[in-house]
Parts: sequence; structure tokens; C-alpha cells
Amino acid sequence: MASQDIIARSATTTVPSSVRNQEEVAKLIDTTKCIGCKACQVACSEWNELRDDVGHNLGTYDNPQDLSADTWTLMRFTEHETDAGNLEWLIRKDGCMHCAEPGCLAACPSPGAIIKHANGIVDFDQDHCIGCGYCITGCPFNIPRISQKDHKAYKCTLCSDRVEVGLEPACVKTCPTGAIVFGSKEDMKEHAAERIVDLKSRGFDHAGLYDPDGVGGTHVMYVLHHADTPTLYAGLPGSPTISPLVELWKGVSKPLGLLAMGLAVLAGFFHYVRVGPQLVEEDELPPLKDPAVHEVDPSVHTFDPRGEDRP
Amino acid sequence: MTNHWTDIANANLILVMGGNAAEAHPCGFKWVTEAKAHNKARLIVVDPRFTRTASVADYYAPIRTGTDIAFMGGLINYLLTEDKIQHEYVRNYTDVSFIVKAGYGFEDGIFSGYDAAKRAYTDKSGWGYELGEDGFVKTDPSLQDPHCVYQLMKQHYSRYNIELASQICGMPVDAMQKIWEEIATCSQPGKTMTILYALGWTQHSIGSQIIRSAAMVQLLLGNVGMPGGGVNALRGHSNIQGLTDLGLLSNSLPGYLTLPGDAEQDYTAYITKRTQMPLRPGQLSYWQNYSKFHVSLMKAWYRDNATLENNWAYDYLPKLDIPNYDILKVFDLMGQGKVNGYLCQGFNPIAALPDKNRVMAALAKLKWLVVMDPLSTETSEFWRHVGPYNDVDTAGIQTEVIRLPTTCFAEEDGSLVNSSRWLQWHWKGADGPGEARTDVQIMSELFLRLRQRYQAKGGAYPDPILKLSWPYKIADEPSPEELAREINGYAIADFTDATGATIKGNAQLAGFGQLKDDGSTASGCWIFCGSWTETGNQMARRDNSDPYGMHQHQGWAWAWPANRRILYNRASADPQGKPWDEKKRLVWWNGKAWGGTDVPDFKADSPPEAGMNPFIMNPEGIARFFAVDKMNEGPFPEHYEPFETPIGINPLHPENKKATSNPAARIFDSVWDSLGVAKDYPYAATSYRLTEHFHFWSKHCKLNAIAQPEQFVEIGEVLAKEKGIVAGDRVRVSSKRGHIEAVAVVTKRIRPLQVNNQVVHQIGIPLHWGFTGLTRHGYLTNTLVPFLGDGNTQTPESKSFLVNVEKV
Repeated sequence: MASQDIIARSATTTVPSSVRNQEEVAKLIDTTKCIGCKACQVACSEWNELRDDVGHNLGTYDNPQDLSADTWTLMRFTEHETDAGNLEWLIRKDGCMHCAEPGCLAACPSPGAIIKHANGIVDFDQDHCIGCGYCITGCPFNIPRISQKDHKAYKCTLCSDRVEVGLEPACVKTCPTGAIVFGSKEDMKEHAAERIVDLKSRGFDHAGLYDPDGVGGTHVMYVLHHADTPTLYAGLPGSPTISPLVELWKGVSKPLGLLAMGLAVLAGFFHYVRVGPQLVEEDELPPLKDPAVHEVDPSVHTFDPRGEDRP
Repeated sequence: MTNHWTDIANANLILVMGGNAAEAHPCGFKWVTEAKAHNKARLIVVDPRFTRTASVADYYAPIRTGTDIAFMGGLINYLLTEDKIQHEYVRNYTDVSFIVKAGYGFEDGIFSGYDAAKRAYTDKSGWGYELGEDGFVKTDPSLQDPHCVYQLMKQHYSRYNIELASQICGMPVDAMQKIWEEIATCSQPGKTMTILYALGWTQHSIGSQIIRSAAMVQLLLGNVGMPGGGVNALRGHSNIQGLTDLGLLSNSLPGYLTLPGDAEQDYTAYITKRTQMPLRPGQLSYWQNYSKFHVSLMKAWYRDNATLENNWAYDYLPKLDIPNYDILKVFDLMGQGKVNGYLCQGFNPIAALPDKNRVMAALAKLKWLVVMDPLSTETSEFWRHVGPYNDVDTAGIQTEVIRLPTTCFAEEDGSLVNSSRWLQWHWKGADGPGEARTDVQIMSELFLRLRQRYQAKGGAYPDPILKLSWPYKIADEPSPEELAREINGYAIADFTDATGATIKGNAQLAGFGQLKDDGSTASGCWIFCGSWTETGNQMARRDNSDPYGMHQHQGWAWAWPANRRILYNRASADPQGKPWDEKKRLVWWNGKAWGGTDVPDFKADSPPEAGMNPFIMNPEGIARFFAVDKMNEGPFPEHYEPFETPIGINPLHPENKKATSNPAARIFDSVWDSLGVAKDYPYAATSYRLTEHFHFWSKHCKLNAIAQPEQFVEIGEVLAKEKGIVAGDRVRVSSKRGHIEAVAVVTKRIRPLQVNNQVVHQIGIPLHWGFTGLTRHGYLTNTLVPFLGDGNTQTPESKSFLVNVEKV
């Protein structure tokens, strides 16, 4: 995506010189239309060429069990009995919410590793990621995951590469029931309003839109049957906010930390001047390889979706 | 489907029962979503489990597996007693006024004409209409005659009161009442319900009769032939509709023509028996044209070698010595050592057939087994020891197994027939890998070699092989286009059709109305005639315009018959030819002809006053509540228990053991000993498929394997607590025939049911795992399923059987 489409960068205070005027986009996930088929999960893996491990069944329909660097979206299933004794099977597609005020971006210490586009998409740039995991602390939805292969953070990109060329995200394209739709945020809110009228006519008095204010609204929104209790949906936060730790880091502690770093550099300089360079012993062992970082699974490089099913 | 996928959007009410459309047909299910969104439709799901379809339903009610006739019978009784029927439709378009023969009877669960020793209704002479001297059925329009269909039906179902139905089904009375009331609203002429079902109805020993009971409900409501109505089978494989259309069942010929039996050596008698004359005045009785379809088929197959003199090669057709060689029969014979070789094309019998151990033993008796498949299937590796999952003595199996790798559907051009009866042409996405060849190539080369052998060495009766027409430009690789053109049909010589138009020799035919029985036309499957005409390949059309806004899409692909999208659509208009409701208009009489948003399934120029009725394939012209002699277990559906019943009796006939389970089901003598009883196997089990997998194929795909990696069974919370099982535990599920082990999914979605004053627990067992592919190895679920089937289709009872469950 062109740099003129970026309106915010992590750990960067300079304001972009020019930003294209873009309409804000949103993905609307209608949990009341979702049939939990996982086609979106598979489409996400197909488009992004992700292959997680073949896991285990741990007594639920959720598979994989959790998000990972190779699973950017998944269905979470909750069996819920209403006060009236009706059974409901609430199914929520979990993944990055693309917050208007992204906690991950606020928390990220590496310049440009997390960027926010003018259309609202929050994207990770792994070239700049240092794998510190602060984005996880910053995320009120517990979304980013660090890869065990390259120690960098990954999450849903809202298919920024597809959206850039006028396509909808892969999950949206594949959804068979139209439970996931994509468009301008305004249009999505309008569509949601129609859905909510229909749901109320079917007895869901608390049907509503999930677009939480605590993070400035989101570019992934849900239609919920029970918008009054989002936590029913596998712990969807009721009123998500950015962790106070992040506020602290960005507020008081960051200048203090920078000051501490400056003092350390100064101390080092005076130490060098007074003591001189450190001499390395000749017989020191070569540094141990970090296998997780350097011995990358060869399948990462040779992956061939056509070849895998055939000898 | 009587209707079709996009037409579901026209429904006001959708009943999903005996199926799980959202999980098994997620793409088609979008039309349910459309009906809900744009038609304010309500969705009802009735299922033993609260499924993913139920998760988006407006009403859900649980039902004990295999008791759907009790539900439908109760509903029929409710509609009749509450007078919630579409009167004008029922009176004019069904057989309610027809008088049934005096010989018909029903006593203590058994219809007249039963031979208990043979477990069959050997005398069906009473199962018919009373005919007058004019050869037509006698009727009583007042419906008062005690032997008219209306009175017999009312009497038959009067036993199905809601309390009894509830006790059989295990569905609470209030839930049943609520659903029946909602369904009854669709008796208004402008309101329609569609019924979507699948293997949850077919895979029972009473499967065909369950579907008939649903059809009866739809007729009472006036919902057959209506947009958004009908009885709709959602097909499992993408081309399984095409399989039956093209006559791949052992007793069928293409286009639902039938193979003769041994006793039918005489050609004229064969044709006469199938040429049904009208049973009511003024009716079309379209099977009067049987000989045209049959002769055209024989001309397509034998061309110049099928002549008037040799009765159009009638002697070349095999004659069945028994009614059919269904798959249960074939494997029973194989188990007896009477089948030496087996060519298994696109089929995985040890996974798909009931009682894996029985099927394994049968395969081990073969001298050779040829498997044509794109994948390594469990059947092709049945001899391989795979730990507990396939615990066989490899050294003891002498069967020679030959694998012929084939391309898959995406690696070849051709057409598929979907549930909507649409023939959709498709183009290959890639060439097949390695040595894979298309099924057509393999079968063609096999044929050519057989022909060569017969030519060189003679044989007992070489003519059916040697005389076969084989006109393809590349003999060992007929193209899909050549085959499709032949199946459509063409003129053999110049001829004049019924409209007086001259058809030139070799011209593609425009429709089955042009077919002749004088040898001047050829057609490989009469119902497909019109799919590849002189104007080209109709199946390749992709025009999705919908000028009337009725979701009919006449220009998208091509539907059999004659591009009609909704069968019996004449019934969407009243007897005067006017749509019952303007919002539900489909076809109507414009003063000169029938026309509208669909191709009329009717004689297009027959005015309403002529009195021709909509069900033109039946000699009576109307739809039957009374199935005459067409079904093997009786003219009216009756509830019988699954062969493995958790309650041991049929609450409708507690005293008559003969009427506990279907008295005319497919069951071999050797199978009785393999059936369990509730004392040893107390839980009612049902098997099914999951949305993450397609049958036994997709476990070979990494992403499907990730989405559902390991075999599991579903157990209700109450039973799990009793048994000390928690989610994630490994459990052993056993039937009289064997056992499987799997992870327990403990769920609120399966609840204990109150049945016949006792508690019945149900166990859900998905079936996708095996010992090939990329998922974790699992047991073949059908290890547990009994080897018996429906009385008409012989479909195995995979949906109702008894098991025990223990924590491992």
C-alpha cells in the first residue's frame, strides 16, 4: 500500500506529509447469520498461505484451539441457555478488530512495525517487528501472536493487499450465507441497523451492533443477538479499552525510559574513555545458535499447496 | 428436489428435518438466509441434535432418531382434524375422492397381503383403486364413501394423536404443538413451506415412507408445484442426482426407464406394461410415450444394430433374475464367496457401507479388486494393518488390489447435475497429476479391450458388446462434448416431428417431445433431451437474469425436464388457470396457452376447462395420498421402530412383534444375529457428517484436516455426568458389530428424551475419519452400523442404531 495511505505509524511522532482522503471501511460479522462452517477460516489460510498444525479435538468444535501466527481467524463456539430455557449456540468469528484507536500500535516500540491506513486497516509490517510482544499487551481483544518460526507478531491484515486493489477480504468473499459483509463503515452500520430490526421481530430484544467506543470504534463490527452481554460470545469484551500499562508506557514511563537509555549510553562512553575497549578471550566458544530463529521449518520456504496432497 | 435451490428464497416457512442444510449444504443454505432476510421467512429445525442449522433457526425441537413418520402422521392428523388444508387444491389435484379396492386393509400394524415367512407383501392386489366399467377410477367427490382415500387416510392417522406422537418422538407436546401450528399456517394459498431433507430421512429402514409422509403434508397444504414449496432432497455428492438420472442403479436404465426382469423376455409385453393409459378422463399420462424413450435409448447405444426386426436390440439388455442387485445384496453375495472380482469406481465401500467388519470379510474373499479413485481410499488399503484402526491380518488376505488413479471432478470438463436437477457444464481447472486418467478414458479402454477379446475369441453371447455403437473420434478417449451430444439425442434420419417441422438427419434434437419409436431418433437419456440442441450447449449458459423476480433463472444452465425449474408447476395455478396468489405466480393460462415465469410442466395448449390435471406423469393426473402398489411396505406411511430400538416395542402396536420394525425392510437372514438390544446397548445413536469435511475425501486436504482434525462423538451433558465423562475424554462406543474410540464432545445440544415413559439418551457420531489422509487416524464409524436397509431403496439404516458408551 502506498505510503500516502498511512495515517499512523508505531513509535513515530512525525506526521505524514500527505494522506489520501479515503473512505473508512469495515467488515461486519453477523453472528446471527453465521452457521459456523469455518469457510472463512479456510479462505484466510488459503489467501495468506498459512498452514497451522493438524491439532487435536479437545472436546469442542473449536479448531484450531486458538489464534496463532498461522491462524489469523477462527470460530469460537459457545453453548448458551437463556433464562427462558432456550438453547442457543453462539458462534463468533474471532480475529483482529482493526480498532480506530489501536492499542497494539500505541504499545509498539518499533518505528513503523504497526501502521494504520487511512481506510482504517491496522497492519503489521514484520520487517520492522522486533518480536517484543508489547502489541499483545496493548490489544484489548488478545489477538496478535508471536511466531515461533521468526519471532515476529502476526494477525489478520483485513486482507489489506486485496482491499488495496478493490477486492473484499478473502473471508468475506467465501462466506456462504452472507454473514460477513464488507464496505464503507457507514454502509455497514446501515446494513446492521436493518438486521437489528429483523432480529427484534424474531424476539431478540437486545439485538445490536458491536462497535465499542473504548477503542474509538472498530473496523470489524459484530451484529449480536445479545448486544447487552457481549461476553456471552466466548468472552468478547463488554467495554474494551487499551491497557493502562500501555498508557503508562506512552505517557510517563516512556520519557523516563528514554532518559535512562541516554544515561546508559553516556555511562558507557565514560567507561570506554576511562577503561578502554573490552578484549575478547581467544578461546571463547562460538555463540550458540538459537534454533527457533535460525533453523526455520523448511516448509516455510517450499510450501506448495498443490503438492501437499499428492505424492 | 421438486423445486430448486434459488427457489427456497420464495418460501415463507422452511422446515429442515432429516437433514442439516447449514452444515452439509452451506452454499445452498444461503437461500434460506435470503428467505429469512427478504421474505421474513421463519426457519424450523427438527433434529436429534441441536445442529449448526438449529443455531440460526427460529424454532428448534428435538426428535428421537427414526421416528419422523410419527411426527408427520401426527401432523397429518392435526391438519385434517383442525381443517388446516388447502381445500381446493386437495379436492382437485389429489386422489382424496378416489375409491380404494375393497381388498385393502390394515390391521394391527400390518397391511393386507403380507407373507410373514417371506417378510414381504406378496399380494398387493388390494392396494389399488376401484375401477369402473369405463376403465377409469371410481370417485366420490363428496368424500363420504368410507373407502375413499380421504376417509381411509383420516382413519389411518386418527391413531396419531399428539400425546402418542410425543411419546414416540420424545418431543415435548408443547414444542410439537407450536411447530404444527406454524406449519398449518401454510395451508393459506399464498403461503408456502419448503421442506429440506437429506440422508437424515433416507438412511432408515423406513426412509422412503418418511419422505412420502412429508409429501402428504405438503399436498394437504397445497405446497407442491408452488414457488417456495415442495419436498426437496438435498443431494450429498455434487453429481449423485446425475447418477440416478443416468440409471446407475442396478434395476434402472437412463431417464428412470427400468430394466426388464427374467420373466419379461417378450418385448411387446415389456413395453405394454410400462405404457400407462390414463386412469381418469382427459389426463395426459405421459408414460404413454415410454416406447419412444426406450427405442431412442437403444438407438443411441446400438444405432444401426437396433432395428424393428430385432425389437430394437431388446435381447441385448440384461434381464434381472431378482428385483435388484443393490449394494447390500452385492456385498452379501461377496461375503458368501459368490463374487470374485469387483471394480470399485469412485466409491469407498468399507467406509460408506454399514458394518465395516462384514464388508472387510467380503472384500477379503475377492480374487481381485480394482479401485478407480483420485485418492488412496480405505477400501484400496483394506488389507493394510493400521494399529487398532484397521486391525487386520494382512498375510491372511489374498485379494489382488489394483489401483487406477483417476482425475477428480475439477480436472475434467463435463456436466454435473445438482440437487435442483440443473445440468451445469464445467471446465477443468487443471490437468490431473501423474498417471491419473479420466474415468471415461479408463472405461473406454476397458471396453475396447473387452471388445477385442470377444472379437478374437468369441464368447457365450458377444453381441451386446460387439454390436455397441462407438462413434467417437478418438476411440479410447470419447470427449465430454461427444457424450453430452449423444445423451441429448439426435436425428438418425430426416423426420417430421409432432408440430410438422422437418428435422434433418444428424441434427441435435430440441426436446424429448421429438423422440420417436420408429428408429428415427436416438437419445441416451430422454429427460436430458434439450440440454445440447442445435443452438449449442444449454448446460453452459450462465445468464442469471430473473425477469419476473421469482428466482427462477431460466437462462442459468439447464434443468431437466425441458428446462422446467419447478416440477408439477401447473399446480401453482387454480383449476381455472389463475395463480393461487399473485406473489406466488409461476405459470398461468393466458387464454391461449400456458406460460409464465417457468416452463409449464404441462401440455402447453390444454385449456383449464379440458380438465387435465397437473400430475401428468401419473396415469390418474393427480397426486397420490394412497401410494397404490408403488411402495413395498404399504400404501400409507406407518411408523415402525428402527431395527435396533431403544424401547423394544412399537407404541402403535405394542402387542404385535411383527409390526415393531418395518415388516418389508431389506434384511438378510445372516444379519439378525448381528443386531443388538437395548439391555446391552442402551443408547440410540445416529451418524452424520460435519461441515468441515466432505465424506471421506477432504481428510486428505490439509486445511480441512486442521479445521476438524480428530474423531469425536457427541454426548449430552446429563449422560456424560452419569458416566463420569468430561469433554476431551476418550470414550469407547460399541455396538453388537464392533467398536470405535473417539474424543468426547460433551454438549447441551443433545438432551435426554422422554420416550414411551422412559428416558432415552442419544449419541451423535460423525463419520469422516479413517486410516488414510492427513487428519489423525480414526475408526470407520460405520463399524457400528447394522447391515440392513429400506424396503424400497435398500438404503442402509445408518441413522438409527444402538450403542453403549464407556470411558476409556
